[in-house]
Amino acid sequence: MIRDITLGQYYPGDSAVHRLDARTKIIATLLYIIELFVVNNFWGFLIAAAALFAVIAVSRVPLKFIFRGLTAVFLIIAFTFVLNLFMVEGRVLWHWKFLTITYEGVHRAFFMAVRLVLLIIGSSVMTLTTKPVELTDGLEKLLKPFSKIGLPSHEIALMMTIALRFIPTLMEETDKIIKAQQARGADFESGNLLQRAKSLIPILVPLFVSSFRIAQDLALAMEARCYRGGGGRTRMNEIKFRRGDAVAAVLMVLFLAVIIASRFITL
Amino acid sequence: MGFIEIKDLRIEFTKIDEGGNEVPGKVALDGVTLDIEKGSFVAIAGMNGSGKSTLAKCLNGLLTPTAGTVVVDGFDTADYETIWDVRSRVGMVFQNPDNQLVSTIAEDDVAFGPENLGIDPAEIRERVDNALIRVGMFELKDKGAHMLSGGQKQRIAIAGAIAMMPDCIVFDEPTAMLDPKGRAGVMDIIKELHSEGITCILITHFMSEAEQAERVIVLKNGKVLCDRTPAALFSDKEMIERAGLEMPPEIELRDKAGLPEKLTTAEDIADYIQKCR
Amino acid sequence: MSIEVRDLNYIYNAGMPGETVALRDVSFDVCDGETLGIIGHTGSGKSTLLQHLNGLIKPASGEIIVNGQCITDGKTKMTEVRRKVGLVFQYPEYQLFEETVAKDVAFGPKNLGMEEEEIEEKVRNAVGLVGLDYEEIKDMSPFELSGGMKRRVAIAGVIAMGPEILILDEPTAGLDPSAHRDILAMGRRIHDEMGIILIFVSHNMADIAMLSDKVIVMSEGTIALSGTPKEVFSQRERLEVMGLALPPAREITELIKSKAPAFKSDAITIDEAAEDIKTYLEEARG
Repeated sequence: MIRDITLGQYYPGDSAVHRLDARTKIIATLLYIIELFVVNNFWGFLIAAAALFAVIAVSRVPLKFIFRGLTAVFLIIAFTFVLNLFMVEGRVLWHWKFLTITYEGVHRAFFMAVRLVLLIIGSSVMTLTTKPVELTDGLEKLLKPFSKIGLPSHEIALMMTIALRFIPTLMEETDKIIKAQQARGADFESGNLLQRAKSLIPILVPLFVSSFRIAQDLALAMEARCYRGGGGRTRMNEIKFRRGDAVAAVLMVLFLAVIIASRFITL
Repeated sequence: MGFIEIKDLRIEFTKIDEGGNEVPGKVALDGVTLDIEKGSFVAIAGMNGSGKSTLAKCLNGLLTPTAGTVVVDGFDTADYETIWDVRSRVGMVFQNPDNQLVSTIAEDDVAFGPENLGIDPAEIRERVDNALIRVGMFELKDKGAHMLSGGQKQRIAIAGAIAMMPDCIVFDEPTAMLDPKGRAGVMDIIKELHSEGITCILITHFMSEAEQAERVIVLKNGKVLCDRTPAALFSDKEMIERAGLEMPPEIELRDKAGLPEKLTTAEDIADYIQKCR
Repeated sequence: MSIEVRDLNYIYNAGMPGETVALRDVSFDVCDGETLGIIGHTGSGKSTLLQHLNGLIKPASGEIIVNGQCITDGKTKMTEVRRKVGLVFQYPEYQLFEETVAKDVAFGPKNLGMEEEEIEEKVRNAVGLVGLDYEEIKDMSPFELSGGMKRRVAIAGVIAMGPEILILDEPTAGLDPSAHRDILAMGRRIHDEMGIILIFVSHNMADIAMLSDKVIVMSEGTIALSGTPKEVFSQRERLEVMGLALPPAREITELIKSKAPAFKSDAITIDEAAEDIKTYLEEARG
């Protein structure tokens, strides 16, 4: 259940995608997400999906691993789908009591769902093929120029490293606390909104206590290992811009052009 | 001259009273004086609240004395200028295997310490590989923390300390949260490190672990209750009771069966019974 | 009073990639006032099994019958199941959340919809049963207590629900020797005074040997061994394959047996082993 969220998990490998500089992958992913919003018809999505699956094929990350990440956010996708299905006005396709489905609604619902699915797969391809440390190192370097105007790039990157590291731990902790309180007869499902909000206290208080304990333990462990901020630190794997990254950059520009062109395809 | 010299160490915590003022709180350590020799294997035992974890945190300056001094290899832990010299000499492994790993991927976590020391990338790589081999985790170096068992995470934490090449490692109840398999694995690594010349300080409340050390320091209410060899400690039933500890199983069996006190291991007991026929 | 588990099966991620069988054909009985010890290394299916007994997980197939009532048929109300079967998780002190000890212990009974007066009495009894002084600690914050005391308060929170079956998942994990002894004594006292079925999981073989009437050994989602503690701990080789050890007393007597074949003992506790050694030495000396 909670363990199945693949966003933020790394799939070890040595493919051309894995070897790319983390900065290349961060920029490519950002660009891809923007492009998904540039797309205005299904042809564009077809091209975007084809490109994405080509990247996945090169990365050699098993498809089932990628789809497992999707099942975890299935609810969000379904919710968006249903919302669009009923909320958009236009030519009526089906009507029952207060529920109305329009032709535009169906179109919009599929459109948004595809966009969301591609967005999630696209960003999980980045996290699946990039070690968390490389990802945050890449981010740190990308943000470095902004440190001149006071942006704490090292601290932001470290916070991300720790967040990625402890998301599964805290998820597990939450799961455990929920089960423990359920075993004491706690009911999180019935009652009005206020009662439900109140029923969260038995989960939130222990979760807060746990988080503080984890934070304290981690701070001590970091201090014991001579952590003293970003100055003077070195890296085991210095990230480097290689030939593969140049190739990727060219492909990115090409792809951007294709996507923009796709806006003008009409049936 | 010991590697770590502790003199009249006192740790007093402060707490905030209802009016928001800082007032004296619990005295965690009170007049502790100890010398720890280079290359030795020392166990520190005592009940919860006896001050053993507080003492551990004083050994590398995570806590600085309220009074008294702790000197590591000539460096005073209270001197902020040289605190990094202290911490690079005394590594530390904590109780909770989950909460002390900084990075998601095993080898990246091991690299965290050396990276903080500003060591050359090529040398970090070498140290990390070497440390992972020494704890038997080289094959799992690419694995994410959530894929490892408690015992494996604890080995990664130990590798993280080893990669800093310290002279001494303090283990603060490293096996308390592990299953028997994980515990045995961690104890084997500690003994191995000791045989390689690293000073090992093991905080524990398992007597079967304490008896493997060369020396056991027993704390109670923040004071040193006794400081002896395991054999001498476990021949003193009254002391064990006073400290709120327990006998290792073979010693308890020996005493209950009325066997001679000179038998100190299960092996001894078996040999003795064999010769009785 | 009894609990019967019949052909329990459970699969994680059924029908999805990463499908794993967590429990396979698990069946066992525990009767009136018995204590069942469960052993097995991490990931052997112990926790999954415990959560089934309390209705937190629904089995793929099979049934669990508590006092003749099937709790897995979907008809029994969950509050009813939780009232009958009390489950205390590992490190239960991490679930405390109320301002005072009394309020925290009352959380379970309140959820079951008990009357105010009944709750007060149940809470008082439960706190007494875990060996704490109710008057002294009822208004204290649970967060001020020592580790061992916190754990006892958390256990009291489940006992106050008045279960007929009490399940403890590694109740002594991480405690120092004296707190460990207190919890063991508490387990025995609760079992004797309440006359309930006690089921407990432990990695500590000495605890299993001392407390349980029956032992089941879990391995890869199945029951690999079961029987009285003496029967189970006489299967040294099979336990070793599963990465499990014998109780320390048995380890020592096995060592003695290997050197002195005439020495006979099926002891699993230190006291039994000491008796066997005394008897043997008396005979040997004539």
